[in-house]
Amino acid sequence: MTGTLSWISTVVQGVLLGGLYAMFAMSQSLIFGVMRLTNTAHGDFIILASFGVFSVAVALGLPPAVAPWLAMILMLPIAFGAGYVLQRLVLNRVVGRDPLPSLVVTFGLAIVIENLLQEIYTADPRSIESGGLNVASISIAEGLSVGTLPLLTFAVAVAIAAGMQWLSGRTALGRSFRAVSDDRDAAQLMGLDHRHIYAMATGIAFALVAVAGALHGMKTTFAPADGPALLLYGFEAVIIGGMGSFYGTLLGGIILGVTQVIGFRFDPGWGIWLGHIVFLGMLLFRPTGFFAKTR
Amino acid sequence: MSATFRTFEVHRATRASRAGGLVSLAIVAFLATLPLWAEAGTLREIDELACYLIYAMMWNLLAGYGGMVSIGQQAFLGLGGYALLVMGNFAGINPFVAVPLAAIVTALFAIPVAQIAFRLQGGTFAIGTWVIAEVFRLSIANWSAVGGGSGTSLTALRGIEKATRIHVTFWLCLSAAVIAIAATYLLLRSRQGLALLAIRDSEVASESQGIHVRRTKLGVYVAAAFGAGLAGALYFLGNLRISPDAAFTVNWSAFGIFIVMIGGIGTIEGPIIGALIFYLLNKIASDFGTWYLVGLGALAIAVTIKFPRGLWGGFSRRFDVHFFPVQRRLVLPPDEKGGSFHA
Repeated sequence: MTGTLSWISTVVQGVLLGGLYAMFAMSQSLIFGVMRLTNTAHGDFIILASFGVFSVAVALGLPPAVAPWLAMILMLPIAFGAGYVLQRLVLNRVVGRDPLPSLVVTFGLAIVIENLLQEIYTADPRSIESGGLNVASISIAEGLSVGTLPLLTFAVAVAIAAGMQWLSGRTALGRSFRAVSDDRDAAQLMGLDHRHIYAMATGIAFALVAVAGALHGMKTTFAPADGPALLLYGFEAVIIGGMGSFYGTLLGGIILGVTQVIGFRFDPGWGIWLGHIVFLGMLLFRPTGFFAKTR
Repeated sequence: MSATFRTFEVHRATRASRAGGLVSLAIVAFLATLPLWAEAGTLREIDELACYLIYAMMWNLLAGYGGMVSIGQQAFLGLGGYALLVMGNFAGINPFVAVPLAAIVTALFAIPVAQIAFRLQGGTFAIGTWVIAEVFRLSIANWSAVGGGSGTSLTALRGIEKATRIHVTFWLCLSAAVIAIAATYLLLRSRQGLALLAIRDSEVASESQGIHVRRTKLGVYVAAAFGAGLAGALYFLGNLRISPDAAFTVNWSAFGIFIVMIGGIGTIEGPIIGALIFYLLNKIASDFGTWYLVGLGALAIAVTIKFPRGLWGGFSRRFDVHFFPVQRRLVLPPDEKGGSFHA
């Protein structure tokens, strides 16, 4: 009986972890979907956001139950602006049919961010103080409880997936996203400035990165060199879920989260490995993902 | 345009390429004498430079000619190193003999890996190959016989005298670098090389011209894995110690990409110049640690945006100098219109 219960607990933990991975993934999927740009610095931007929220929260000097949330809200416009400007000044110059320039430039950015963070904050792991929220839990049944912060993170991920689906399907901006994604030149003839639309997409993606960075930093410790791992988890969630659907990405994150947690249960050394293997198996047997809308 | 056939010639060599061949031979001959008089530290530095050069040459072949931009070639570099370790420490094979064998084992691994990696294209291929490299790193980190996460030493070299070991390692590195450059050059001048350039420019058009796109790409992928495995085996032969984090670190990709982009992608000369610049920067600035890496990253970004052809690419285009020309030049008789053009 306790065996079954502990398995249920493991799966629930995995689902909630998947919410965080989905958040890493949705911003990546937005940028890739709109401009076919693979941002290899994505994980480093998440870590940068974690450090940003960490520093702002400390500077605010408010009680730790409030400070990280206020810091996260303050970071949203900053992240949006940073994303918009980065796209206009740098990434728009390298977006194109040839993936090489954008890969090299974002890879270069990743190295710059990681080493600047190392210079400023040293290689020591940090965490964002959340006033005990990271260890609080809610009891669901006898012997089964879930962490409050992971539950909250999952709820935010679901809300973002719904919000992004709405933005993409029901708003003028979402229509422009889809238009420049389908045919940039035709969209331009209809009066859409793709440089602005791309920058809007990256701006929104960076705002999502700020939220993901804040929640990641409250949940666990983080260090400057952690970025690549987060990039890979987000990327795997995008591919497992299938391009073009935010709910698909959410599900991709959940599959990855559950797989990793089950792997960890067998042996702590194999959790991440098992997640990668499921991703590679997915590529081999169902390369378009579960919920692909576009290819 | 007249409808009559013109007489023409196809030139493959240039005056610079004939001079380049002789100068290269002289440089190699000079380097080969180094073990007779240079210090062990210098030899080790050149060993490492050779490994970086081979690795970058293979990345250039893959990305600059094959159109496959990978961030996961460290998978094959690390495999080469570990194949050497297993053959030397467990199978009792002479470690120097094991170097080419390790490269062959790595190439064999690349065949099934390609079946998965080729499911992805463009930017997703790049990150997918990175995931594959991570799978190798984590698998070996969990394998206690080779020391797990903390790695192990190459004990197979124990019985060999130090001077012999250093000299043979140096000659192996030098010849491997020469072979890597020569083989890439000859491949690109061959029919397969022409097919590869066509595939890079358009897969669909090449397929319609009767080129076996998939087979050619697989061939290049396996050849690049062979080269990376060779570089890995040589690097850890000189290093004497190997660990999963050192063997499979993404820094290998970062350095390879830096070398190729600075020197000039899609040329033979580019990675050679890039590797020399990287070596000099390393010597001068690596004491600055993180700032040095910040500078490398920023330089890669600036070069990609401002000088996408790199140093050599820009220079050879401006002055039309090619030491290792892979193009075919159509030369029309002087009385007719047009000079020469590159294909």
